[in-house]
Amino acid sequence: MIRILFFASLRERLGEAEVTLAPAPELKTVADVRAALAARTDGRWAELLSVEQLLLAAVNETMAPPETAVQDGDVVAFFPPVTGG
Amino acid sequence: MTMADTISSDLNSPDGPFWHRIQTAPIDCGAAQQWLSADIVGAAGATVLFTGQVRSEQGQVSALSLEHYPGMSEKVLAGLIREVAQRWPLLRALAWHRVGDMGAGDAIVVVGVAAAHRQAAFEACSCLMDRVKTEVPLWKKVSGPDGSDWVDARDADLAAARRWHDSGEADER
Repeated sequence: MIRILFFASLRERLGEAEVTLAPAPELKTVADVRAALAARTDGRWAELLSVEQLLLAAVNETMAPPETAVQDGDVVAFFPPVTGG
Repeated sequence: MTMADTISSDLNSPDGPFWHRIQTAPIDCGAAQQWLSADIVGAAGATVLFTGQVRSEQGQVSALSLEHYPGMSEKVLAGLIREVAQRWPLLRALAWHRVGDMGAGDAIVVVGVAAAHRQAAFEACSCLMDRVKTEVPLWKKVSGPDGSDWVDARDADLAAARRWHDSGEADER
């Protein structure tokens, strides 16, 4: 399975901290995972994960651009630009 | 309070030259300064310590809450310290960031370095702080009289962090 985590405003607005997706041939990259989530018709998934939204992603706790490869067992995280400090 | 309560996870020890941590307990800025100054070889001629605090703007911010990505935030913080220490000759460097709920005046973050000379110390501390603000997975939510909301990332912070990339190798000393 591919574990997907959400943080901060994205987590709150989705109402989900974590989901899983079964690995599939069409889920090759971070962009593919995001597109699969944005294709959900329930809740606010389409709006909040659309490519219009400025979101960052990480794969296995390392920042990951959209073209980063994803495979079974990976943890993918999506979150808004960071605001620490 | 035990160590496990105060420090959410990774802690690279006060015995080494680098020390990062993500903590829910209040930050002890005095302890940070003391650790930086306690350079055992006595080669440090300069320490610079930056403290970021919760700001109150005309009473607008009464509370602040910080969320992080446990595991990744510690890893990124540790990596930033290592990178900054490769660029400037540092004897010690620390970055402690608080998460959870805090109030006006509380320290959110301390970043500090010890070096032989002040210029390297100022620059390294400034670079480390700019990069902490823009690269560590941490998010602020502020609560005031009108409710609470997530803080938006600022272009000025990104520009501040970018100038350390732009100045590149030429700045090495």
